[in-house]
Amino acid sequence: MAGIALRRLLGALPVLLIVSLITFALLRLIPGDPSSVIGGPSATADQLAQIRRNLGLDEPLPMQLVHWYAGLLQGNLGRSLLMGQGVVEVTFERLPVTLGLSLYALVITLVAGLASGIVAALRQNTWVDQLAMMVAMLGISVPNFFLGLLGIIFFAVKLGWLPTGGYVPFSQDPWEWFRTTTMPAVSLAMLQMGLLARITRSTMLEVLRQDYIRTARAKGLPGRQVVVKHALANALIPITTVIGIIVSLLISGSVVTETLFSIPGMGQLLTQAVLNRDYPMVQGGLLLTTVFLVLVNIMVDICYAFLDPRVRYDGK
Amino acid sequence: MASDTAMPAGAPLEDELEVPERRQSPLRMTVVRLFRHQLFLSGLVLFGLIAVVGVLAPLLTDINPNKLGMRTRFQAPDAAFLFGTDNFGRSLWSRTVWGAQLSMMIGLSVVLLNAVFGTLIGALAGYFPRLDNVLMRVNDALMAFPAILLAIAITAVLGPSIVNAILALAIVYIPRTARIVRASVIVLREMEYVQAAIAAGAGHWRILRRHILPNAMAPLIVQLSFLFAYAVLSEATLSFLGLGAVPPTPTWGNIMAEGRQYMVEAPWIITIPGIALMITVMGLNLLGDGLRDVLDPRLRIQQ
Repeated sequence: MAGIALRRLLGALPVLLIVSLITFALLRLIPGDPSSVIGGPSATADQLAQIRRNLGLDEPLPMQLVHWYAGLLQGNLGRSLLMGQGVVEVTFERLPVTLGLSLYALVITLVAGLASGIVAALRQNTWVDQLAMMVAMLGISVPNFFLGLLGIIFFAVKLGWLPTGGYVPFSQDPWEWFRTTTMPAVSLAMLQMGLLARITRSTMLEVLRQDYIRTARAKGLPGRQVVVKHALANALIPITTVIGIIVSLLISGSVVTETLFSIPGMGQLLTQAVLNRDYPMVQGGLLLTTVFLVLVNIMVDICYAFLDPRVRYDGK
Repeated sequence: MASDTAMPAGAPLEDELEVPERRQSPLRMTVVRLFRHQLFLSGLVLFGLIAVVGVLAPLLTDINPNKLGMRTRFQAPDAAFLFGTDNFGRSLWSRTVWGAQLSMMIGLSVVLLNAVFGTLIGALAGYFPRLDNVLMRVNDALMAFPAILLAIAITAVLGPSIVNAILALAIVYIPRTARIVRASVIVLREMEYVQAAIAAGAGHWRILRRHILPNAMAPLIVQLSFLFAYAVLSEATLSFLGLGAVPPTPTWGNIMAEGRQYMVEAPWIITIPGIALMITVMGLNLLGDGLRDVLDPRLRIQQ
C-alpha cells in the first residue's frame, strides 16, 4: 500500500509542477503593467515602483521564477495586499470553514445520491425511478446560487426556521453551526447529488446484469443479500473514482455559496481577493486549493487500489 | 508510422463518388432515432424555446433593456410589464430576453472554441504518441484546478467582460474536451482500417481528417451539448459574483446579482432569470442525455 501511495505522489509531481507554473504565470499575464492595474489610475510612479518591488516584478523573469519556487519550498506565497497577512496564514485560517461546509455537503451528496441511485436502479422504469431521475435532473440543472436564494426566501425569511446567512464555528457552538451551514450545504450538494445518483443508477444497472448476480439469485440467495453483498459491493468500486470529481465540484461551488450566505471561507476570500485585485492572494489561494485537490485525488486512488485488488496487480 | 506522402491525384474524386450512398442513410436513421427519443425531444423543446427567444430578441421587445424608469420601479409582473420591473424601473421582460441572447452567444462561443481547439489538441495528443505526454501533462494540470476557481482567476487577470468570460471558460473546459477526443482517437488509431490507410500511404492529415475524426464525433457532440450547459451556468455564476459582464449588461447572472438585495420585496427579479437559466441548462442536459443514448452505442446500454 505504501508503494502505491509513493508511486501516486511521484506521478502527481509533473502535474503539480505545471500547476505551480501556470499559477506563477497568472500574475505575469495581466495585460499591460500589473503594478498600474493594482495601484489604480491615481498611483504615482513611486507607488508603482513600490508595488513592483513588493511583488518582485522588478526582477528579470528567471529570477522571479527562482524566487517563486524558493518561496514555495519554504511555504511562503507572499503577502495578501488587502490584509497584509501572509497568504498561507490567511488560507489556513479560512480553509477549515470551507472544508467543514464541503464535508457536510459531501455527506449529504453521498447519502442522498447513493440511496436514490440504488433505489432507482432496483426499481428501474417504475415511477420511483422516474421520480429519482427527475430530482437528479433538477439537481444538475438548477444553479446552486438560485437554489440558495430561493432557500433564503422560504426557510429564512418566510418561515424563519434558519438564518439568512452568517457563520458560527463548530467549535464555538455546534448547534448554531448546523443552523448556519445546513442551507448552504444542501444548496451546494444538489448538483453533485444529481450527478452521483445518475452515475450510481447506471453503474448498478450494469452490475445487476452481470452473470454472477444471476448465479447468486439462481442459487437462492435472498434478494437483499444479492443487492448488498454482490451488486452494491461491486458497483461502489467504480463509484469511488468520481469522489475526486465531486470534491472538486464542491470546492468550485463553495465559491458562490459562501458569497451568497456570507460564510468566511476560501471561496469568499478568493472572490473578495479577485474583486480587490489582491493578486498574491488569488495566486496563492488557487495554488493551495489545487494542491489540496490533487492530494484528495491521490487518496481516492489509494482507496480505489485498496478496494479493487485488480488495480494493484496491474501496477497502474 | 507511414511517411507523409502527397495525396494521390485521383483520391478526392473517388471519395466524393462513394459518399452519397454510404453516408446518408445512417444519418437519417440517427435523426429518426433522435426524434423518437423523448428526453431528447423535451430537451430540444426547452432549449429551443430559449434559443428562439434569444435569436428573436429584437422582435420580442422594443424596450431598451437598460432604459431606466424612476416611476416604474419594482412593478410586479402585470399587463404593462410582462415580467415586472427591477429597482431601476427597467423592464425585466426586455432584460431577460436580451439576457437569453447573451447566454446563447456566450454558450455558443465557448462550444465553438472547444470544438476547434479541443479537437485539435485531442487529435494531436491521441495520434502522435510523442506529443501525447507533453500535451496531456499540461491538460491534467489545467484540469486539476477547480473549474470555477480557475475561471475566476483568469477573469481576475484579464478583467471582467463578456469576451474575457468566454476566454476564461474556454481555457477551463478545452482540456476536458481534448481528453475526450484523445480517448477516441487512441482507440481509432489502432483500428485495422486506419492501419490499412497508413499502409496505403495516406498522409497523417488525411488519415485524421477522413478516417479518424469523423468517427470520433459522437462522444464530442455529446460532450459539447453538456459543455453548452456548463458554459451558460458558469457564466451566470461569474456574472452573479460580479466577475462576468459589467453591469448594466443584461446577463441573467447580473440581473440576479442586482435583484438579490430586493429578493424579499420583489422576488420576481431573481426568480425570472433564475427560471430561464434553469430551463436552458435542463434543456441542454436532456439534449445531451438523448444524444448520448442515440449517438454513443457503448454508453447506450448503461442508461
